[in-house]
Amino acid sequence: MYSSITKKVIMSLMGLFLITFLLVHLSLNLTLIISSSKDTFNLAAHFMGTNPVVKVLEVVLFGGFIIHIFWGIVLFFQNWAARPHSYAVWNHSQETFFSKYMIHTGALILAFLAIHLLDFWYKSRFSGGMPITQIDGIKYDDMGQLVLDKFKSPAYCSLYVIFLIFMGFHLDHAFQSALQSLGINHSKYTPFFKKFSRFLAVVITIGYISIPIVIYFIL
Amino acid sequence: MNLTLKIWRQKNAGTKGKFEKYKLTDISTESSFLEMLDVLNEKLINENQEPIAFDHDCREGICGTCGLYINGRPHGPEKGTTTCQLHMRKFKDGDVITIEPWRAKAFPIVRDLIVDRSAFDLILQAGGYTSVNTGNAPDANSIPIPKLDSDRAFESAACIGCGACVATCKNASAMLFVSAKVSHLALLPQGRIEAAERVQKMVAKMDELGFGNCTNTYACEMECPKNISVSNIARMNREFIKAKIFAEVPTAVETGD
Repeated sequence: MYSSITKKVIMSLMGLFLITFLLVHLSLNLTLIISSSKDTFNLAAHFMGTNPVVKVLEVVLFGGFIIHIFWGIVLFFQNWAARPHSYAVWNHSQETFFSKYMIHTGALILAFLAIHLLDFWYKSRFSGGMPITQIDGIKYDDMGQLVLDKFKSPAYCSLYVIFLIFMGFHLDHAFQSALQSLGINHSKYTPFFKKFSRFLAVVITIGYISIPIVIYFIL
Repeated sequence: MNLTLKIWRQKNAGTKGKFEKYKLTDISTESSFLEMLDVLNEKLINENQEPIAFDHDCREGICGTCGLYINGRPHGPEKGTTTCQLHMRKFKDGDVITIEPWRAKAFPIVRDLIVDRSAFDLILQAGGYTSVNTGNAPDANSIPIPKLDSDRAFESAACIGCGACVATCKNASAMLFVSAKVSHLALLPQGRIEAAERVQKMVAKMDELGFGNCTNTYACEMECPKNISVSNIARMNREFIKAKIFAEVPTAVETGD
């Protein structure tokens, strides 16, 4: 079994990796609502689905998720076992708020991930029946249309917004905590990293939420 | 002032404990928290009841022996204060005060509010020392040390090992304590010699004793009576990662095998 610090280092490295993925994914998705046609998004989706390098990275990404989730669960049970008898009165007010709920927000993100992968990733790769579009005379899967259709449902739209807010809560603690686990704490830079961590969480969350909102209300 | 106390009573580690309610009248606002418990114990003894067992020694806030979980916080509501330095003027007349022992798998209850914190001693034995030849005290200025380093080492060494960090951590993690001990030696040239070995041994012992893992909630820093900073935890992580990656492994010849 790895030591407690090694486990935390693995968690933080995987976490930081997943944050970079979130940024890439977000920037591609935003093309759908920023660009005037779905073409940019569809070409990007096609590239992400067919490029051999991306295909390798996709396996790495799934690995990153699995490792992060696996050790998150192991840590949760170990921490739970470290206090067999809990307190009658527990004043939580002194803790940074979202850090207490990482396993809970994490579990919600996992549920969200399952729904999300099934509706988009699995559908475009395996289940078939994708709408087709033509760009410069070449046929492509119309991923953009799939997204637009999905988010025209108010229930589906709200589901995404709610789950994404919980992802934001998870991210709020994530970045600065990962740095601390990696031993990066410096009197000069840590105050900035803490602010940057919140900034990152807010920007990523608002960025992602804007997509279903814009599609539902504007597009 | 008049108070209602809800105190955890437990005969020994093997038996089940429960809360008992006690009413106290005419407690001076100038008395310390432990003096208030002394008054209660006198009363219990006069009534031929078993007094409440709680740990205390210097009552000056420097030994780290006292430690009660008061209304959901280790050492009570006052920041940077041990239980013995907490005064009843911090409470209001008619308050209900819940007093519990530290709760962690690694700190088994001995009796009532006393827990066995020898796990901390075992961690220190694993590496919290420097190997030096005894003899005359060396000249204080023979090894130059940057002022900031010596100040920070001193701040880390202020840890009294009371266990409040473990008690308040939602994971019952001992990272703040261990990191303070690792830090105060790692920051000084005398301690650097065994730094790589020390951090690995102390972390291994900490894990073995059943403390939880750090999830950076920073509750420990907020509740520490000596205001030990979580930057120590980052320093320990750094020391640990450095040691795991870069520390040389002795060859067979070097170990004498």
